[in-house]
Amino acid sequence: MAERLEAAVAAAVLPAEQDFAELLRSIVVVARAIFGAQASSVLLFDDETDELVFAAVANEREQHLVGQRFPSSKGIAGWVLSARTPLVLEDVRSDPRHSKDVAESTGYAPKGLMAVPLLHDDEPLGVLQVLDRPERSTFSLAEMELLGLFATQAATALALLRKARRARAALEGDPEAVAVAAVAGALERLEGSRRESGRALLDALARVLR
Amino acid sequence: MSEEKLFPAWSLPREAAAQISLANPLPEKVDRAWALDGSTGAGVRVCILDSGVERGHPLVGELQGAVAITLGPEGETIAEEDLEGDLCGHGTACAGVVRSIAPEAEIHSVRVLGAGFKGSGKTLLAGLRWAIEQGYDIVNMSLSTTKRELGDMLHELADSAYFQRTMLIASAHNMPVESYPWRFSSVVSVGSHEEDDPLVFYANPDPPVEFFARGVDVDVAWIGGGSIKATGNSFATPALSGIAALVLGKHPGLTPFQVKTVLYLISTNVGG
Repeated sequence: MAERLEAAVAAAVLPAEQDFAELLRSIVVVARAIFGAQASSVLLFDDETDELVFAAVANEREQHLVGQRFPSSKGIAGWVLSARTPLVLEDVRSDPRHSKDVAESTGYAPKGLMAVPLLHDDEPLGVLQVLDRPERSTFSLAEMELLGLFATQAATALALLRKARRARAALEGDPEAVAVAAVAGALERLEGSRRESGRALLDALARVLR
Repeated sequence: MSEEKLFPAWSLPREAAAQISLANPLPEKVDRAWALDGSTGAGVRVCILDSGVERGHPLVGELQGAVAITLGPEGETIAEEDLEGDLCGHGTACAGVVRSIAPEAEIHSVRVLGAGFKGSGKTLLAGLRWAIEQGYDIVNMSLSTTKRELGDMLHELADSAYFQRTMLIASAHNMPVESYPWRFSSVVSVGSHEEDDPLVFYANPDPPVEFFARGVDVDVAWIGGGSIKATGNSFATPALSGIAALVLGKHPGLTPFQVKTVLYLISTNVGG
């Protein structure tokens, strides 16, 4: 019981879905800029449906991809997730069967892609992709390391997002938890002396209910 | 072998000591000429535990076996002939790298990935157990799992492989995460270097990653009969598997411990 209500409080004060969306978007925008790439995206793994879902896309004109899903058995992103290992591929368009799969998991058919699993604790949460870096003769291990650093950042953001979603899901159909969450959320939004008054009121309420 | 044993394996009576005299399989100087020259990997059975291998790919050649591993309703392992081939391209790439170094090694595909993420860790475990039971000389694992509960079971499997002379050669992670089985000392773990020569490899003085092999901008076989350029420890791992196959092809009967020692001695920064 206590845990359920604590989760309710946590859910009320956790950042909103929109905040996470902005955080993830900023990660892919920076990843795209650092690598000088054409596109970048974060795919979130939905363990209930065994699908990958576009959670953030760097390009303004590809925002319609956010929310789109495909099976985790498809394409490079699915493989990277299952094998928990990063990959960098060039010239993927040379194989038409393959590029169809890749297009499905990226939104368009890139010439080259970097994909890295997003791992938090022992759970793979999704995949970060960076598509079509500028053509160069060689790839470097320093870039691979950089990709790993972005992956760590994106994984932390995804882990928080997942926690917030689970906490909110726990509230559904639970009127007591919803009531406690509403109070916690209202207090969180108060400022200055109103916040102090609000807390005093809650302290008094706690004494009455004891 | 058990019928021939004259004493229990966990102790050595005085009178039995004389009966276990072993020949030293290594010469006074182990170098690349002794370890590799003239070897094609013939007679060595290499298993690619991955996403399957495309049949008839010109850069892979003949496959001696292809099996798909799935889990039944009770979690039991089902190993069936793999009629689908490679679902991703990755396994074909790994097989092609082994073939390019050890042209006459037997290549067997054991597909554990491609059916989606769910259950992929357990399928990997089941596939590895099945591969070890087949007694392959080398199992190439360009993949890992982060599930701790599977880590302990993988550890036991890695040890049993080691004792029955099956070498597990596995990709190291290049991110700060705990994953398995590459971290185990009974496994040969591989990261990437940036050079172009597929026979150049380095011993790492600072494990757990034990060796660095060619893994950057590698031309690899891919599904559809073609090839692509790829980077990742995934491709460094079969390079070392190929080199280990050359060593075993020339010197069959070496234990994984001895092959690892030979690899160390002929690595580019030691004696190679």
